[in-house]
Amino acid sequence: MSPTQQTDSVLSLRGISKTFGAVAALTDISLDVAAGQVVAIVGDNGAGKSTLVKILSGVHPPDTGEITFAGRAVRIPTPAAAHKLGIATVFQDLALCENLNVIQNLFLGQEIRPLRLNDVAMETRSWELLRQLSAKIPSVRVPVAALSGGQRQTVAIARSLLGDPKIIILDEPTAALGVAQTAEVLNLIDRLRENGHGVIMISHNMADVKAVADTVVVLRLGRNNGVFGVDDVSTEDIIAAITGATDNAVTRRVPRRGEDQKEGSPS
Amino acid sequence: MNSTMTTDRQDERLRGGTGLRGAFTGVLDRARAGDLGVIPVVVGLVVIWTVLQILNPIFLSSANLVNLTLESAAVGVIALGIVCVLLVGQIDLSVGSVSGLSGAVLAVLFVSEGLPVWLAILAAVVLGAVIGWVYAQLFNRFGVPSFVITLAGLLGFLGLQLYVLGTKGSINLPFDSGLVNFAQLAFVPAWLSYTFAVVAAGGLFASGWLHARERRKAGLSAMGMPALVLRSAALLVALAFLVWYLGQTRGVGWMFVFFVALVLIMHYLLSRTKWGRSVYAVGGNVEAARRAGINVKAVFTSVFVLCSTFAAVGGILAAARLAAANQSSGGGDVNLNAIAAAVIGGTSLFGGRGTAFGALLGIIVIQSISSGLTLLNLDSSIRFMVTGAVLLLAVVVDSVSRRSRTSHGRA
Repeated sequence: MSPTQQTDSVLSLRGISKTFGAVAALTDISLDVAAGQVVAIVGDNGAGKSTLVKILSGVHPPDTGEITFAGRAVRIPTPAAAHKLGIATVFQDLALCENLNVIQNLFLGQEIRPLRLNDVAMETRSWELLRQLSAKIPSVRVPVAALSGGQRQTVAIARSLLGDPKIIILDEPTAALGVAQTAEVLNLIDRLRENGHGVIMISHNMADVKAVADTVVVLRLGRNNGVFGVDDVSTEDIIAAITGATDNAVTRRVPRRGEDQKEGSPS
Repeated sequence: MNSTMTTDRQDERLRGGTGLRGAFTGVLDRARAGDLGVIPVVVGLVVIWTVLQILNPIFLSSANLVNLTLESAAVGVIALGIVCVLLVGQIDLSVGSVSGLSGAVLAVLFVSEGLPVWLAILAAVVLGAVIGWVYAQLFNRFGVPSFVITLAGLLGFLGLQLYVLGTKGSINLPFDSGLVNFAQLAFVPAWLSYTFAVVAAGGLFASGWLHARERRKAGLSAMGMPALVLRSAALLVALAFLVWYLGQTRGVGWMFVFFVALVLIMHYLLSRTKWGRSVYAVGGNVEAARRAGINVKAVFTSVFVLCSTFAAVGGILAAARLAAANQSSGGGDVNLNAIAAAVIGGTSLFGGRGTAFGALLGIIVIQSISSGLTLLNLDSSIRFMVTGAVLLLAVVVDSVSRRSRTSHGRA
């Protein structure tokens, strides 16, 4: 929760609040994401994770607070604006057309050469994207229905990469996946980090969070309830912060200690 | 496997090569997984033709086949529109009534009102487009199921057709008009027919070759020269034989050429344009299409307009073929034949699956049954039952192959 501005942060939120009627969904939220950093947002149901994602992806504008993207203050009024800025969101249900093949899904809505589709260019670009993610998809000409859950997640993430975004938001990317496929997706997230993308991952799975995230942001009842460096915190501590079983003073101490130990690690 | 790995075939799990053998095993693999394509309808056609030919040797005669091609054009055009609505997972039950209404409007404007024929045709076609637009508005704005909207249209436009025709109930089109001439007497000269065949085969080869060259340049696997040549040669032989055989009597009718041209245009639009992609996407997953930035309502509108327009065009062709528009135009089995043709041609009732060529193959099957049973002097009672059975068979094949696709992950 340290409010010190990170020099390398691509996206930072300060004092974001959002109310729906009488319900304060988010109150005074701060968040920093740097290039090549994976930030996990965790919290119980109703903690405000989805609202935060919707604010970032332009579905709901925030009531108050400021969003800084790549060093300048921005507003994200629509999903198109988010896309234009370079914030891509992969929603939980992936939104793929099962009857279309991988290429067709990747380029859906943004086909190259609308009146005489350029399949060759699209296929070449598809392979580039998938190789970039070291994806294990044998052929891009099979319908998405033929792919496993992990492979579909890969396709959805690859599609989000098409616009070359700086920030990628993954909404519960491993929720519906088996063990091996989860590992595949976690590898994918590592790859995104290596390629210099900032990643925001919503997750309920502490093992995944510990495995892949750099920083864990805990939301509780619409408020920040701790920002941890992932190496400095135990699963129990995170769960305690999620459920509110810890004293705030203690949670505030943890990241500070983490910063002392890890020089230059993002908050 | 190629010695030089192309970008798209580096995964060691991929089986089969890229040559002739590869192309063949690819088709076989797909069929085994339930992706049957046009195989069932071609097999069905062969069976139907064999049986009908055994029952009546006239069936496969040149004269009868010429008739069959001419008869299939009108309903075939309507089926083409049905393919489009089925692709987005909707249905239009009113195509029969709309085609009848269109024929009636044409006849009234052309004969009773004395307008020039092109203006009457234009008016009938525009009327069809407007009907489709109204359907789309009802569908998009109020969310009424297309099934119900078009069921209302089925009844309403039948009424309008009767109203337009007035008390006489039947209007004859003059035999010396260009329209009737086009539908009944205009045949492509032999030399032009063969030219069409050569152009089609040459075009297939050229586009295949250019595409293959482009793919190789981009480092992707491509169809080899033998496969390309074989494919085009097969098409050339088939078309040349067809032209020659039909040429034994009257030849290839212009109306059939018109229908095939529409099929080719729709095939291009559906498979090679952004609009076509969005049609398949909407049929596969509306929500995904919407999130991908596709204007879903516009896609629905375009498809409904297209379907009603094709229905109107089909109605004009039917009126021209009959040289009359009457109260039973577009009635009876036109509606169901058009839908049956689309489904028999491999268009899935669940949306997102099917091709323009399906309409062509499907209508040939339907017309073959109809023509064969007529030759046997069986009346429409038997014809309806047989057509119904074939339709049921087609839907069963669709469902079974769909289940097989699901278990092979190709749904």
